[in-house]
Amino acid sequence: MNSAAPLLAISQVSLAFGGVKALTDVNFKVSKGEVFSIIGPNGAGKTSMLNCISGRYRPNHGSITFKGKEMTSLKPNERSDLGIGRTFQNLALFGHMSVLDNIMVGRHHLLKNNFTTGPLYWVSGAQKEELKHRREVEDIIDFLEISHIRKKQAGTLSYGLRKRVELARAVALKPDLILLDEPMAGMNQEEKEDMARFILDLNEEWGMTVVMIEHDMGVVMGISNRVMVLDFGRKIAEGLPDEIMANEHVKKAYLGEEDELLVEEDAVEEIA
Amino acid sequence: MITLSMRPCGDFRTTYKADTRIFDTRLIQAVAIASVIGLCFAPLVLDAYYLTLFIQISYLAIAALGLNILVGFTGQISLGHGAFFGFGAFASAWFTNSFAIPVWISIPMAGWFTMAVGMLFGLPAARIKGLYLAIATLAAQFIIEDFFARAEWFSGGAYGAAAEPVILFGYAFDSDESFFYIALFALVFMYLWGANLMRSRDGRAFVAVRDHYLSAEIMGINLTWYRLLSFGVSSFYAGIGGALYGHYLGFVSAEGFTLMMSVQFLAMIIIGGLGSVQGALMGTIFIVLLPEVLEAIVGLITHSGLVSAGNVVENLSYFKEMAIGLVIILFLIFEPDGLAHRWKQIKAYWKYYPFAY
Repeated sequence: MNSAAPLLAISQVSLAFGGVKALTDVNFKVSKGEVFSIIGPNGAGKTSMLNCISGRYRPNHGSITFKGKEMTSLKPNERSDLGIGRTFQNLALFGHMSVLDNIMVGRHHLLKNNFTTGPLYWVSGAQKEELKHRREVEDIIDFLEISHIRKKQAGTLSYGLRKRVELARAVALKPDLILLDEPMAGMNQEEKEDMARFILDLNEEWGMTVVMIEHDMGVVMGISNRVMVLDFGRKIAEGLPDEIMANEHVKKAYLGEEDELLVEEDAVEEIA
Repeated sequence: MITLSMRPCGDFRTTYKADTRIFDTRLIQAVAIASVIGLCFAPLVLDAYYLTLFIQISYLAIAALGLNILVGFTGQISLGHGAFFGFGAFASAWFTNSFAIPVWISIPMAGWFTMAVGMLFGLPAARIKGLYLAIATLAAQFIIEDFFARAEWFSGGAYGAAAEPVILFGYAFDSDESFFYIALFALVFMYLWGANLMRSRDGRAFVAVRDHYLSAEIMGINLTWYRLLSFGVSSFYAGIGGALYGHYLGFVSAEGFTLMMSVQFLAMIIIGGLGSVQGALMGTIFIVLLPEVLEAIVGLITHSGLVSAGNVVENLSYFKEMAIGLVIILFLIFEPDGLAHRWKQIKAYWKYYPFAY
């Protein structure tokens, strides 16, 4: 794999649920070190795209390669070993566990102890291993400023904090690529600013490539390197934030007008 | 799993090791160790009846912890735990009788063997959940029960199987006093095993599968494997408990391991507290001692001559069954989180007294 090859390459991905076409021939590439945002109106297929990358959905057509490795048919749990972590749009924490345990679950694929060596805690080296990872998890806790709630039950936390714990859990996977599904939904301005700072730090200091879905255009345009726009499962634009802001298709998709240009293109395709 | 912090003021943890202890404070740890040491002297003081009760609690509590790992921690359901308990008893007797394996080796072997069988019957869990899984495990209960009755090479069929006493260093643990120590050791060992499991990787994975299986999968947890493994670990515990039961009684017969027993294990963990290691022990103590206490009460009433004695004594067994049912219903209504949760609240009450929070 040469340095110019993209970290993540999506080519010709289509996904249909019966007659509903969630995604149609989507192509894009994400290079290492980028902050790549996917935007689009509700129901455009953004989360479906993320689910295809994280393995929850398997696309009907097309391929997804990560670090040059074809992974379209890998199970979700096998993708964490490759270095993909994600957060969810609707909170998906382990509600009855403490915050600390939630984040420690993120270390699952890095830990070696199992159901025989784990119970022999003191003699099998499991304790040493657990404590080593605990130390690293504490770094993440410090970074995301959640040390005051580390012993709290995750299900009892406020929305903004839960979002942050979810991010911490994804970071604990030590991913090269982190997928964030609406990291700022339902947050107030201050929490959004914090979250934007965390994402930038993850990208710049922790070296993670970020693929993010977000509706807050201020944030998207402020922190993304590149932006892709989906509408009705199709990619209608991709480019630098400024280009996207100026794009006619995007404006129409958001304003809900009939996009004559695209309709014409479709008509031409059908005739041909 | 919930670590509500109830530490004394000023008790700060300066190392991660100190922060991950099984017992939250040094005092609780000291009390636990002292009680185990104290129990070592019990055979010198208590008569055989109480020792029998303790031994009974031990092997049932081991099996109950197994079921709690499956039901309470992993969020699955099993109505076949009694059958796995019986399978462990027969397997250990079979190993010693047919292959002349010493009992102290055959007991853990029975555990591993039952684990394999449990994982086989747990295969449906990879696909189905909830009530459907309950029915699938019900099938396991009946298949294994039928197997006991028919496989004479394994269980002795209708005649049952003899189980040798544990012999260590030429000493036979065949009395209540001596088997007490085997039971105590097994209880402590298996509960430490369980507590350590739940604070290491695979234990967390179980709880993650229970709480949110979709995000557990994204975290790198293989759902199929952990659902199966949970059945395996639960059967392992049932097998160990059953093997102890067999070698304690000296004889295993197929009649005891019915659906009723499986339901009783479920009652133990519901009353003790789903998803709590200590809850499994508390629930077992409760279920084992409840009939004893009721019997004592009925005995008192009989002797006081308040009611016509003949009727009460005749109907004693009905009273007990009804009382157990009633207690379970009351528990579900007033303390659905079980004895372990109630215990925590009592501790909190003393700690914060006179304040409510």
